[in-house]
This record gives sequence, C-alpha cells and structure tokens, in this order.
Amino acid sequence: MKIGYYPGCSLSGTGREYDLSLKKVLNLLDVELEEISDWSCCGATSAHATNHLLSTILPVRNLALGKKQNLTELLAPCAACYNRLIVSQYEIEKNPQVKKQAFELFGEFDSKGISIINIIELFQKIGKDKIIEKREIELKGIKAACYYGCLLVRPFEITGFDDSEQPHSMEEIISAAGAVPIDWNYKIECCGASHSIAHKEIAVDLSEKIINDASKHGADVIVVACPMCHSNLDMRQKAMKKNIKMPVLYLSEFIGLSLGIGANELGLNLHFISSDLLLEKVK
Amino acid sequence: MSHAPDAVLTLADKIESITSQSTLQCYQCGKCSAGCPVRDYMDDSPNQVVRLVQLGFDESALQSSTIWLCAGCLTCSSRCPQNFDLAKFMDAMREISLKEKTAIDEKDTVEFHKAFLNQIKKHGRAFEFGFIRDYKIKTQNFLQDVDVAPEMFIKGKIGLFPHNVKDKEGIKKIFDKTE
Amino acid sequence: MRIGVFICHCGENIGRTVDCPEVSRAAGKFPGVAVSIDYKYMCSDPGQNLIKNAIKEKNLDAVVVGSCSPHMHEKTFRKACSDAGLNQYLCEIANLREQCSWVHEDIPMATAKAIDLVRIAVEKVKRDAPLITIKVPVTKRALVIGGGISGIQSALDIANAGFEVVLVEKEPSIGGHMSQLSETFPTLDCSQCILTPRMVEVYQHPKIKLLTYSEVEKVEGFIGNFKVTIRKKARSIDETKCTGCGDCAQKCPIKKKAFSEFDEGLINRPAIYVPFPQAVPNIPVIDRTACTYYQTGKCQLCKKVCGREAISFDQEDILLTENVGSIIVATGYTLYTIDKKPEESPIKGYGEYGYGKYKDVIAGLQFERIASASGPTSGEILRPSDKTVPKKVVFIQCVGSRDESKGFSYCSKICCMYTAKHAMLYKHKVHDGEAYVFYMDIRSGGKMYDEFVRRAIEEDHVKYIRGRVSRIYEENGKYIVKGEDTLSGMPVTIDADLVVLATAMTAQHDSSKLAQKIGIPYDKYGFYNEVHPKLRPVEVSTAGVFLAGACQSPKDIPESVAMASAAACKSLVLFGSDFLEREPTVAKVNESVCAGCFYCRKVCAYNAIEIKEIKDRQGKLIKTVAYVNSGLCQGCGTCNAVCPSKSVELIGFNDEEIYAEINAL
Repeated sequence: MKIGYYPGCSLSGTGREYDLSLKKVLNLLDVELEEISDWSCCGATSAHATNHLLSTILPVRNLALGKKQNLTELLAPCAACYNRLIVSQYEIEKNPQVKKQAFELFGEFDSKGISIINIIELFQKIGKDKIIEKREIELKGIKAACYYGCLLVRPFEITGFDDSEQPHSMEEIISAAGAVPIDWNYKIECCGASHSIAHKEIAVDLSEKIINDASKHGADVIVVACPMCHSNLDMRQKAMKKNIKMPVLYLSEFIGLSLGIGANELGLNLHFISSDLLLEKVK
Repeated sequence: MSHAPDAVLTLADKIESITSQSTLQCYQCGKCSAGCPVRDYMDDSPNQVVRLVQLGFDESALQSSTIWLCAGCLTCSSRCPQNFDLAKFMDAMREISLKEKTAIDEKDTVEFHKAFLNQIKKHGRAFEFGFIRDYKIKTQNFLQDVDVAPEMFIKGKIGLFPHNVKDKEGIKKIFDKTE
Repeated sequence: MRIGVFICHCGENIGRTVDCPEVSRAAGKFPGVAVSIDYKYMCSDPGQNLIKNAIKEKNLDAVVVGSCSPHMHEKTFRKACSDAGLNQYLCEIANLREQCSWVHEDIPMATAKAIDLVRIAVEKVKRDAPLITIKVPVTKRALVIGGGISGIQSALDIANAGFEVVLVEKEPSIGGHMSQLSETFPTLDCSQCILTPRMVEVYQHPKIKLLTYSEVEKVEGFIGNFKVTIRKKARSIDETKCTGCGDCAQKCPIKKKAFSEFDEGLINRPAIYVPFPQAVPNIPVIDRTACTYYQTGKCQLCKKVCGREAISFDQEDILLTENVGSIIVATGYTLYTIDKKPEESPIKGYGEYGYGKYKDVIAGLQFERIASASGPTSGEILRPSDKTVPKKVVFIQCVGSRDESKGFSYCSKICCMYTAKHAMLYKHKVHDGEAYVFYMDIRSGGKMYDEFVRRAIEEDHVKYIRGRVSRIYEENGKYIVKGEDTLSGMPVTIDADLVVLATAMTAQHDSSKLAQKIGIPYDKYGFYNEVHPKLRPVEVSTAGVFLAGACQSPKDIPESVAMASAAACKSLVLFGSDFLEREPTVAKVNESVCAGCFYCRKVCAYNAIEIKEIKDRQGKLIKTVAYVNSGLCQGCGTCNAVCPSKSVELIGFNDEEIYAEINAL
C-alpha cells in the first residue's frame, strides 16, 4: 500500500516520536509513505482564529502539491492538520470565490480528487487482521484509555469519521494489539489545545481532568492521535496537582509495541512521563 | 442583513458576511455554554456573547475576553440544535476584533497567534523556538516553562534553527493575498 | 339568447376603482344581452331579488354577475337563479374585485378591464349547457383506523348516533398510548381509570365492530363508497373459546424474555401475552417471533395448560372486506427513538445523553410506566438499574424537538406539560427527593395548564433551570448532567440518580405507507396534512377521509378528543343524506375517440380514471378506454390538458367555452 504523507510541523518538532514510531510501524505493515514535496504549515489554530481566508488557503496549498504528485490519498497524522485540510477542502467547494483565489495562487487542480485520512483510518485500511498477523507481543491485560480529543471527531458533518459523541474506532484498533479498551468519560473532552502557551493553567486544568478520569477508570495508559494533545497530557503532567504519572502514548507507539519494536526505537524515551511501568506489564 | 438604506454594517452583518450564517439562528438555549470546556474561565458565557451581538451591543461583544478564551474545540458547534457554528462565529469575532483594533484583555493569546503566524510567513513551517522567543519578548513571560525547556532541547523537540520551505515566495504571496 | 348581466358595486370595494354604471352600460350593448343592471350590493336580499325578478320578467336564458370572487358568492347567485327556475350552471361570475378593482388603481383602465371580464363571461355563458349535480349514494357506515383515545371517541360518537362503525386497531388491545400513562395533566386523573370505561363501552357497543390485531391492507373506492380490505392477523387464539383466564401467559417458558412494547422495554413479557390487565379484548396473542414453538417446533405448553382448548397454532391471517362511507384516520403517534440513527441522518441522535448506554437515562413514556400503578414497579419510583429510590431526578425537555440538527424542527407541544406532571408525581411520591427540569420555554397554553406548571414550581418545589443540557456521563453510579442556566448565566452541574428525557412526538414509522394506501397527503415528518390548517383541520384533500388526533400533528388528549368528535361529526354530516351531491363539472371521456393510452390515468391526482373494457355483443374485447369516476373526479382538468387525442373534456369548462373566452378579449 502506498499513501501520501503530510507530516505537519509538530512531527519534526514537539511530536517527533510520533513521526519516528509511525514510520517504523508502517514499514513493518508494508505501507509506503510518499511525503508531499515542499509541504507547508496548515495554519493550525492561529490561522483560523484570526484570519478565515488565510486559514483556508494555507492548507489548500498542500492539497495542490499532493495532486501535482498524483496522490489520491493523504495521511495527516496530526489531528489538527487532518482537520484543517479536510475543512478547507470542504470550504473551497462551498465558496467559489475562495476557490478562485486558491486557483490564482496554485493553479487549477482537482481539489476534490484527494482524500484526507487520519491515523485511525489508516490502521482501519491496513486492517485489524494484518496487525494481528504481524503482532509479536499481545498486549494482554493492558487497559488503555483511547483519547480522541476534539479535532478527529468534530465536525462530523464534514469529516464523516466514526461518531462525534461515542466514537469507537480507536478501541477496535488497539484491541487488535491485544489490549483492553476501557470505557471512560473524557474521550472527546478538550485538552486545552493551543492555550498551552498563552493560558498554561487552562491546558493544565483540562488535561488534569482527562488524566484523572482515565486513572479513575483503571487505565494503564492513554493512547492519543494528536501531538498537541500528547504535549498537553504528557509534558504538562508535571504541573498537575495530582502526581499520577500516567503514560501517554501515540497510537503508532502503542501498536509498535505490540509489533515487537523496541520502546526507544519508537521514541518512548522522548516522552516526559516515563513508560517504564507500562513496559513492565507488556513483558 | 440590515435592510435600511445606507445603513452602517452592524457587527452581526459583518459576522454573517464572513461566516455565511445569521446570528438570528441562535435561540439562546445555552447548550453550547453548558458543554464548553473553558466556560468556567469566562465572564460572559458563549451564548451571552451571541446575545450581545443579536441585540446590537457590538462593543461589549468585541471586548469580551470570551472570544479569546475559546479553545476552538468545536463541542458547541457539534451539539448546537440550530446548526449554528458557534466556533466559526468566535473565529469571525476575533478576526473583526483584530481588524478594528478593539481593546482586548487577552493580550497574551493575541501575541501568541501573531508570533506563530509570523514564523509561518517567514519560513512556511512552524519554528517553535522562534515564535516562543518572540512571544516571550512581547509578553515578558520569561519564566514560563523554563522547567521543561531544557528537556525539550535535549530530546530534540525544539530546534534552534527553522525548517524552511523552498517556495518561500509562494508562502509570502499567500499571506499578502489574505491579509 | 337572452342573457342578463348584473354588475355589483360591492359598496366601495369595486365601485371605487371600477365605474360600474359604465360597465353595465357597455355590457348592455353586447350581442345577446337582454338586460344589464348595476347595484350596490348584489349579494344582499334586494340584490338577489333583482336577479330573480329579471329572470322571470325578461325570460332570461342565462345570467352573468360581475362581482367578488366566485369563492365568495357563486353559490349565492346560483341559488338565486335556481330559485327563479333557471339552471344554476347557466350562471357565470366575472370577478371584478379580487382580479380587477383590488389590484389596480387607474380607474379608466380598471373599468376597461372590467368590461372585458364581463364580455368573456357573456361569451362563455352562451356556450354553457344546463347541468345537473351528480348524485352519489352513501354507505352509512364508518371505518375508524386506530383504537387509541381519538379512534375510540370517534367510534363512540358515530355509533351513538345510530350508525355502524368498524374500528381497526393494529395492537392486540385498544387504548393506545393513553393506556400506558400513569396520570394525565392538568387534573392528575388516573389515565386508565378514565380510559377503560370508554374501552369497555366500545367493546360492548352493538354498533361497533371491533377488529383488534388487525391492519388496513387496501382501500378502494371513493367518498360514500369505500371498499376496505382488512387483514385480521392471526392471534393463534380461538377468540370464541378463550375466557381470558391468563393461565397460558403464566406458564409460558419465554416469560421475561421478549421485549415488552407496553412497558417500553423496562421489563420483558412472555411470548403468549395480554399486553396489560385491562386490555380490551382480554384475549392473549402469541408473538410468533418470540415463541419457541413457532421458532423451533418444540413446546406447546400453553396449549396443554389451556382448559378451553383455545390455542390454535395453525391459525392464519384472514382478509376481510368492509364497505364504508367514510374513513377516520386516528393512528396516533410514536416517540422519537434517540438511540438509533434517524433515517436520512448519518448522525446518531443524542450520543451525548447516553440513552441506551445508561440504564437510568430513560424516555418520557418509560417514566410513565414506572409511575403507573400497573407498571413494572407498581407505581414506586425506582431506578431501572438497581431498583433504588432516586433522590435526585433530572428532567430534560425538548429532546429531539426544536432541533434542526439532530431531531425535528417542530415543537412536540405536550412535553412541557407532561414533564411538569412527571416532576410533580415524583415529588408526591418521594417527599425528600429533588426534581430539576431543564427547559427552553414553557408551553402551557391550555385550560388550567399554566396554573399547573406554577403549582409544580411554587407548591411542589420543582427546580426549573432555563437552558439545554450539553452532556450526561456516569460517575460512581450517578449521572453527571452538565447544563447551563441562561437566565442567571451560571453553569449548572447536577449529579442525578435518574434522568428522564422528554423525547419528541413523531408520526408512526409506517405512516407514509398507510397514507399511500388511502391516498392522503403527508408532510416531511410523516404527519397527515389537513386541507386548511385554520378552517378545515379535520378534513383531507381526499373526500370522505377525516383525521383525528396526533397523526395530524403533536397534540394532547383534550385536543385529540375534540378533533375526534369533529371528525365523527363530519362523518355524520355525510351520513345525513342518502345521496351526495357533487359538482357536475367533472371530466368526461368520449369513448369513441379515446385511444386507451391512459396518459390521463397517470396524471390524475385523485385516482379517478378507471380502465373500461368495451366489448361487442359476443363479449369479445374491442378496446379499452378511459373512464372517469365522477365520484372521485375533482374537475382539475389535468387529463384534458394531457390527452393527445382530445378525448377528455371538462364539463362546464370544455374547449369551446374556453376558446370563446379567449377570443372575446
């Protein structure tokens, strides 16, 4: 399987273990990634929060590049990038004026001819059977809290992905790894997102609620699919009142463990919260 | 849209032209505020801001810190029974506030967005070291995160040098066209 | 020909913009016009007398009246003509008001137009033929579809007037949703106590033929002459032998395994069951999808236990035919199932409320069953999950209603009232309990309704919070309800023991299928459409069919009962005569020219065109032609427009008449 790849800015910076683990895992699962040549930032939160036109045009540049490379499918592992790409694709269809401006900048291209998928959808495409086939370690008895955050499951009318109130797609993937998904109450509650810098206390408070709820429901680990969420849940745990030390893993890291890839190879050592206790259980 | 001839555009009109939705849709049920994760930090609740716009209290609405505390989590928009995209409304409020240079309480948040976008304009990709540096200088917030900064550097999560796209011209054109 | 022209001033209505005396003068010069008069109020008694006298004195063959719209006074003037001995269809109206004086300002131009309008009418009336109203015989029997409170009321009204009624109900018992309720607002009468006497009256009434566990299969015919095929589904019980002793249900091994529709799934029921103790008729039915015998061939315990040999496993559905003159549709409502994906929506409604996931988040009708003395908890308010008494109950209004995105945009009307009732019943039974109601508005517009809600707030201390709830999740056996009070601007979080959702009232899931069988229109929600929402609320565009109750739109019991009596009244009006008089301006097929293409049949909105076989004397088929059923034809003229061979004409509006009008301009 070959698929287009839009890493996004975080995956070479604060979320670099996401990129590391993803590439290692996809290699084992026979998926070839073709990176968008000369991709640029999707605009993240700051663009849509201050300039609607900029926030639509920036992501579309990458769609145009992808089409130039004849890609029909594009993986965006960061939930925010995924969201911005899909929403801007939808917006230019709804607003012919904006589409025109985009075409003036990037030339005309088939903007609908490239479909954006997130990491969970990628694993769905790979198929649970393949994961089970390649599985070396069954993560038996590991209780995992699947954390979707905001931008994977909303807005449902545009993404059409899973269910915006009671999603279950990530749970199905991690059960292929042998782990036990737990039912908990903060699956889709916001982590504080980009308030992490300018309003650190908001990110800490909201993330603490998530960590607490996962812990209350008996989770050994929280599995995420977004570098912003990971940063808030992992890096900001130090600032939280309760010292729970809950390991937070990217979905690719988690699956990678079950495929027998080493923890450090996957980048678990780059986290702030140690995964040692979890790794003990995995053995 | 106001039907009075030669009417000055109201805030509601401006929002409608950006978002293509009318604030009249909102019937003030409060479901958005009930589910907003940052509601407790706000003085005006999200639905109250919409109410201010509905009633024409434009200044109060634009000066509300609520619009800057919005985390863009989309919980409100996904649950609104009237299909009113409140998150988009908040985006539009911020955009208008910046354009009209309204007095804003939430200076830090604004500086963050400005610093972030500035780096994108220069390099085409986010440069964390760059925008955090600029942000700290603007907000004098020097001590925040000094505890995690060293570890970030050691783990290679923050680079000292930016990643640049080749097509810097193209990126600049985008910013010029949309600013 | 001697035509009389009568121009009405209509006071100032026509007279102000049209020079009526001038129009009358001009009309007097038209060929064929023998007399032309103008008068202030033609529709008044003296005005009508002018017409009558002119007809007699001047020997008039036809009359043209220049007046207001035919909608207003065509009947008046036609009657005046027939009173004077002139065929009423030789009277034409020129609309000088709605189509002239009311829409123009320029007097000379309006007058010229008025003269033209009168000229057209004169030319038409010259070609009009005298017509006789069509008489259609009436079968003085009614069919009522639906045995809830509305159907019961209609049936009783008609039967008490002395006419036979066939009452068809698809459930094993009549009573409808009202039989599931505990108490009714605003009086807090016990629902079954006020309902069951009516149910028994229906059962015992000599004029009511009760067909339960039956459904309408096919409807043919037209007003006064419907032929309805009804499927009496197989109960698997011989009704002539069964005494309703209940031994079979006691012994059924499926006990507590099948979903109980009556108890809204709170408890289960056996495969052979009577839905509730006061069921009418008190005869069980076997649910073949749950019964072991029908699924695997084994069991038959009920048959062994039955002392009357009333179980009949090989019973089959029977098809019955009933001839009736009118049909009353009283099929009622159902509640929005919010834990399933609504059709045409990819979004599963209300995942944020946890209905279907959490046992103690229930819907309105489920709370009724809990509160009901005949319910699964004998009227004690207990949590479904652990049967403890809830100390904090949250009621949420508008779940599915007034919701563009996940539900219906309309208001379900009854929820504000029944939620107040629920909260009051709860407080009456659990004195130290706390009740919270999340609302957007309070719609309490009936008699004693608002006082009822104030009682809940002021006397029973139910706490009303104005705002919708964003989500509900479970923590340590309690349900955290996250809401907002928009009046104070304060977030409100409640740890509830029980949550009751007032789910939207919707049309029955198969309402469109029944509508198509009968031929009645329905809206996008499946509710049946009345002819005119203000002035004709119980009639539909198909003559002879009437609506009663919630199948037309969400409504409460008093409104349903009133509407049911109104529908019954309409039926009785129909039965008041032996014959129905219909306008003779219907379509007619010239069978010698008709080629039998049946384009007309395809476009006829009233199913009024039939296929007629023309045979020779030996009975051999010569050709098939179209035939217009004058009982159903509404005279719209669509067939006439579509017919390629011009074989269909509209009596009273045929081509010659219409062309004469056009040419007169």
